[in-house]
Amino acid sequence: MKPSDKQAELLAITFERAMPYEWSVGKYGSRFFQEIREHHRFVGIRCPRCHKVYAPPRRLCGPCFAEMTELVTLSDTGVLKAFTVVNYPFLDPNSGKNRPIPYTYGYIQLDGADSIFSHIVNEIDTSKMRVGMKVKAVFRNNADMKGNVEDIKYFDLVDP
Amino acid sequence: MNGRELIYEAVSRSLVDCELTIEDIDAIVIGNMDHFESINSADTWSVEGSGGVMKPIMKINTGGTTGTSVAIAAYYHVASGIFDRVLAIGWEKNSESDTTGAIITCSDPIWDRFSYSGAIPSLATEAIGYLKRSGATQEDAARVAVRDRTHALNNPYAHLRKPITVQDVMESPMLAYPIKLLDVCPRSDGACAVVFASEEAARRITAKPAWVTACSVRHSLSWFGDFDFDAGLLSLARASREAYEKAGIKSPPDEIDVAELYLPYSYAGLKWIEDLGFCPQNKAPEFVWSGATDMGGRIPINPSGGVISTNCIGATALLRVAEAAIQVMGRGGERQVPDVVNSLATGFGGCFWSDVFLMSSCMP
Repeated sequence: MKPSDKQAELLAITFERAMPYEWSVGKYGSRFFQEIREHHRFVGIRCPRCHKVYAPPRRLCGPCFAEMTELVTLSDTGVLKAFTVVNYPFLDPNSGKNRPIPYTYGYIQLDGADSIFSHIVNEIDTSKMRVGMKVKAVFRNNADMKGNVEDIKYFDLVDP
Repeated sequence: MNGRELIYEAVSRSLVDCELTIEDIDAIVIGNMDHFESINSADTWSVEGSGGVMKPIMKINTGGTTGTSVAIAAYYHVASGIFDRVLAIGWEKNSESDTTGAIITCSDPIWDRFSYSGAIPSLATEAIGYLKRSGATQEDAARVAVRDRTHALNNPYAHLRKPITVQDVMESPMLAYPIKLLDVCPRSDGACAVVFASEEAARRITAKPAWVTACSVRHSLSWFGDFDFDAGLLSLARASREAYEKAGIKSPPDEIDVAELYLPYSYAGLKWIEDLGFCPQNKAPEFVWSGATDMGGRIPINPSGGVISTNCIGATALLRVAEAAIQVMGRGGERQVPDVVNSLATGFGGCFWSDVFLMSSCMP
């Protein structure tokens, strides 16, 4: 008998198993989180060729293709360089669940650094935010720190 | 329809169009965002649809630029003289994953993934930088979306074929300030296949081929914070200057007859056309409102409806090349711009990097 496709159902298959990964932070990145835990401040690294200070610190300066070793101690403050309020729902690959919205995604230049650091700003009212505002990091309690980027809870706006 | 079937439909139609069979194809370059569908060996997985059984295959994934990278690699294969006919394929089935969640996995897992929320917010921060620098308004950007969506009405292959107004864009939901729902591209399923042929082989396929006159690639950074939001799109400015020089183009808006640009959101249709040298810095709103980029204008942009109307990501930039080739070959039907000699296609992706592809009806 010939199979009929007249009544064929079109099926989709869903897989929902966890498949964990493990990533190395690198030696300077690890130092960044240690500095937060021990001193509640940031650390950057200076390129020997272009003298740009990167924070968080990384081992290599891309434009110069040069290795960096000179760590630079920074504070816990910076300047808001750009921001947007995220207002649409989406699945967060870190958790497998929808990320809570709205929240403000901010580009922060830490004081003493030349690079920009992306993190969350603790304000969702766009009328209260503007590019160039001072911001200050709010850290987790030491007991709750895990050595990852969430050891910084968010950045607070500092009144001018 | 599954991914292989989707690829097969594009490949088989391109072969029919060229009056070739799969036996005539010497090599295949294929690209998509493999992590979107979670199929990490898409080149081997797709062979029955691509026609690649026992052929040389190269897989490419460079993010949004995947399609132009595929086109450029196929061009390199043929231009090297090693292969005569190379099939370039781009495809994506966005419906098979959460696109934003998948895009987040492109970002650095240690530093960027926690706060990053896909393509829209980094484009939003770029848009804010442009609005501040240029004095442009949200309505100016909306005019770009209206143009592309209007052009899509002429393209039977476009995903979104419903006209919109500036008011519709302004009243659509705010996704991430200043980007609203109708400012930004959809998630589409689709595939595109293009045959690249040597001079002799091309002449046997058609009396009027689209000749590649130049291509140029500038990829830059991978940390989102390394991008300078106050400057222009440096990768596009550098790539286009190099391509214009190679092709001997001195005044782009006068010498390029039509452009298929990878504009994933409306604000790019202002800022990036300045970086392409279509109009002076900060003058894009005036240029766009004048109708210069509409069908019948000085340099029509996106007769196909562009990325804002159709975005099957791995195919998106290859579609720009295919559409720009169609314009040169005079085969655009209702979306044809008259008398095209030179056409331009671009790709955009990753962390603000750019590909530029120039074609001409005159052999270089």
